[in-house]
Amino acid sequence: MEVAVIGFAQAPNQRHGQTTTNGVEMLVPLFQELLTSRGLSRKDIGFWCSGSSDYLAGRAFSFVTAVDAIGAWPPTMESHVEMDAAWALYEAWVKLLTGEADTALVYGFGKSSAGNLRRVMALQLDPYLVAPLWPDSVSIAALQARLGMQAGLWSEKEMADVAVRSRAAALSNPAAQISGHVNVEDLLSQPFVADPLRAHDCAPITDGAAAVLLATGDRARELCERPAWITGFAHRVDTQNIGLRDLTTSVSAAKAAADANVDGIDVAEIHAPFTHQDILLRNAMGLDSSVVMNPSGGALCGNPMFAAGLARIGSAATEIMAGRAGRALGHATSGPALQQNLVCVLEGR
Amino acid sequence: MGMPLQAPMEISFDYTRSLGPVLGPFMTALAERRILGSRGSDGRVHAPAIEYDPVTFEPLTELVEVASTGTVLSWSWMPDPFDGQPLDRPFAWALILLDGADTPMLHAVDAGSPENISTGMRVQARWAAARTGSIRDIECFAEPGEPDEPGERVEPVTMVTTPIRLRYQHSASPQESAYLRALAEGRLVAQRCPACTKVYLPPRGACPTCGVPTEEEVELTGTATVTTFCIVNVPFPGQRTKPPYVYASIVVDGTDIPMLHLILGCPADEVRMGMRVEAVWKPQEQWGMSPENIDHFRPADEPDAPFESYAHHL
Amino acid sequence: MKLQAAVLGTGQTHHTTRRTDVSIAGLCREAIDRAMADAETSWDQIDAVVLGKAPDLFEGVMMPELFLADAIGATGKPLLRVHTAGSVGGATGIVASSLVRSGVHKRVLAIAFEKQSESNAMWALSINPPFTMPLGAGAGGYFAPHMRAYIRRSGAPQHIGAMVAVKDRRNGSRNPFAHLRQPDITMESVQASPMLWDPIRMDETCPSSDGACAMVIGDVAAAKASSRPVAWIHATAMRTEATFFAGKDHVNPQAGRDAAAALWKDAGITDPLKEIDAAEIYVPFSWFEPMWLENLGFAPDGTGWKLTEAGDTEIGGRLPVNPSGGVMCSNPIGASGLLRFAEAAMQVMGRAGDHQVPDARKALGHAYGGGSQFFSMWVVGAAPLA
Repeated sequence: MEVAVIGFAQAPNQRHGQTTTNGVEMLVPLFQELLTSRGLSRKDIGFWCSGSSDYLAGRAFSFVTAVDAIGAWPPTMESHVEMDAAWALYEAWVKLLTGEADTALVYGFGKSSAGNLRRVMALQLDPYLVAPLWPDSVSIAALQARLGMQAGLWSEKEMADVAVRSRAAALSNPAAQISGHVNVEDLLSQPFVADPLRAHDCAPITDGAAAVLLATGDRARELCERPAWITGFAHRVDTQNIGLRDLTTSVSAAKAAADANVDGIDVAEIHAPFTHQDILLRNAMGLDSSVVMNPSGGALCGNPMFAAGLARIGSAATEIMAGRAGRALGHATSGPALQQNLVCVLEGR
Repeated sequence: MGMPLQAPMEISFDYTRSLGPVLGPFMTALAERRILGSRGSDGRVHAPAIEYDPVTFEPLTELVEVASTGTVLSWSWMPDPFDGQPLDRPFAWALILLDGADTPMLHAVDAGSPENISTGMRVQARWAAARTGSIRDIECFAEPGEPDEPGERVEPVTMVTTPIRLRYQHSASPQESAYLRALAEGRLVAQRCPACTKVYLPPRGACPTCGVPTEEEVELTGTATVTTFCIVNVPFPGQRTKPPYVYASIVVDGTDIPMLHLILGCPADEVRMGMRVEAVWKPQEQWGMSPENIDHFRPADEPDAPFESYAHHL
Repeated sequence: MKLQAAVLGTGQTHHTTRRTDVSIAGLCREAIDRAMADAETSWDQIDAVVLGKAPDLFEGVMMPELFLADAIGATGKPLLRVHTAGSVGGATGIVASSLVRSGVHKRVLAIAFEKQSESNAMWALSINPPFTMPLGAGAGGYFAPHMRAYIRRSGAPQHIGAMVAVKDRRNGSRNPFAHLRQPDITMESVQASPMLWDPIRMDETCPSSDGACAMVIGDVAAAKASSRPVAWIHATAMRTEATFFAGKDHVNPQAGRDAAAALWKDAGITDPLKEIDAAEIYVPFSWFEPMWLENLGFAPDGTGWKLTEAGDTEIGGRLPVNPSGGVMCSNPIGASGLLRFAEAAMQVMGRAGDHQVPDARKALGHAYGGGSQFFSMWVVGAAPLA
């Protein structure tokens, strides 16, 4: 069974989106745009799968109201992961491989601005030994960044280079929250947010949503001129204990990349919410300098929680569907300091 | 239509965590100013103690005491601490390799300013004055001072309480905001779905069967039919009415969907399926942007609705 | 030909109000260790892990599968976290089975848990965001009006709810893992218990439990390599509808009907009452037994209560329902659905101990959640689907 991405849409990445934490206001137009682009109606979709988080919204069952945006009548085949929707895409891919559906619509949404995001993310940490100290997500990434700097794996200038490249690339991405031409010297003259990280090293706080359409074999060919065929799809998780991991690399990203086979990639859309993680992931996944990195600008230019990983895969697929790439990868991450990583390899034919 | 309404929201709970055979002794030791690690399947000592080996997944049962002094392996600077963090003044987060351990732990270092911390720096745990058997018993780490006096032995710690308080800015949808603004004026206003023409109260950001926002406003009088109900006899946290009382599914005239509301104004055992009721508003001076402006529904002086008229709402 | 998969083994914890002897990791591991032993499976054979649980606010940990990675044997492997409200345990089993039936993974560990005593489920479920009505009735108050509607529509006599409670609690007394084990319960004692949410009495409601359930699902090669009987997964089904919508049938929701119809079709079953030997149905309030019997197609509309009243749903009856005691005896919310799925597997593997239904060859596992809107179910059999 062959499965392909045949469509992608994302809501504008915004610091304060005009949306409820249910995401409905973002999802309704998004579904409409995505379905219309392929001449489909919501009743044509065989399987719906989503990713979101109750802690982002501050209450239990926050994903339930999002189902309203589907218009789930007659009742639909539907599922939800409490993860970035890139993993919902994995569940949908598997579902299509079983033959139980021939199309799937996968979506993720997050209103990151509703709470104090850095502090909320501390609740992902071990609830006995770590979370009671409330270490925030940026501080943990900063510990990782310094380890790599100490080991000579990246410098603050190389980190700033990533920000410069990402923001310039985002100029061609109308959904991006941040874009523009900046120079390294200006960035490095800015104060630290969490020494050794400056603002440009950290993804912005973003409200947003993303949706991806999948279809199998002939259905994909019939609906899309140049489907982005999934040739490899793998994910791995590492121990969460950051004291037990070599934080300067990512075993899980390396394994996922090897399993998905990233040889011959033209374009990579990497979900790196911090500049040093862009470098770390490129090294861990073995992507050489010929690979075009994050033509969308990546998470550093817009990081809607629980949708940003899916958006990377959608952006990678867009490069294929538009004929700009022959073989592309989309990557997603989750958990403190890149604990969990997913790689989806897509190909045009 | 105006901007969508927003309001702050706080969620707060003191979680009670049971600890089990590894974390229990670890927390007990903290209360005694001692730090325990656990020996991994490969012989390395992990401090703080962990319950399962990350490679073999075997339970780790051998606990090893390590020192409360150690070396900074990496650090980051927190210039503006968040609620609940170890210190309320600028401090460093650090990965600290305790003497006697093979893998580092995460904690705070009270360094004063970023100039005073560096990788390789020696630090020592600063113990909280009152210790309860929690990771917070280590207030933070700081420059080494006098060696620790062992603390007094305590009863085994089996539970830890972790308060979690979070603040959010909650937003209403544009449709809900219009409904709330009307309520503040003493009007009950539903909206119709442009696709299926059903009337929703409250209005919806997406009609749940059509996936499009409800639009056309429909003004309601507030008379309604009880479709079904229960009599609440049980007290529970956050309850606002003294039991027994009736909690009913009602369909307000002019709408196509039941809503849940309180029925007062007659003995609980006189409420019936099909009973006609009407909205009772709070005094006007208590009105806000809130569905609570309607305090409850009470019996209307009308004959009951026939079963067939509301059976499709059950 | 679709690929097949089988449950190789199951495990569960002892369920009780407060499992204060273990951490969250220890609770999960207790179920996992039993499942791995039952499945004769070692860690190196597991190539993916799926974890399910209900809202993160119950334990106050955001995405707890991340910190649990070592305890649940996921480190270095693919890990998925499912959350589909109360149906999540069932969805966890179905997602795990899809990973195998897709041909992507060979042996998958499914684990579902809830440690409700870490907080208070009533608190977590009744958070009242601004602009909304405060919850007026508590947990049972949401469902009680629908039971009244069922009684009105079906003409069921009032004692049916008590009959189910007595049967389930007596069944639970045969299940060493059950939270509530009440061999001496009687119709009189149930009917004398306080009326909490009229028409629901106290003894007609489920408890709040700490607990976990795990299972190992393998491909055909793994199933054939097993020295012990396995439970072949004949069909799975999931359907969703909205919580509230104009015309929703709260008593007999369409999503449940549609899921059941798809399930029976895929499992090759034309007369479920005749062909299913045991059913583990998600019944958190006793009145849901007759309601779901109709929703699942075991009985025509309005007649589910007649099966209950005739004793057909007892062990030894035509369709034993919840021989384990079901949710009425143990309710760790996130795990409750996987427990139903596991108990169905245990029946066809012949490993249900004192609550074994003799010669059970085909069994149903069922879960639902939210406002009766998320449904997940499967049929397992002692033999592969022909």
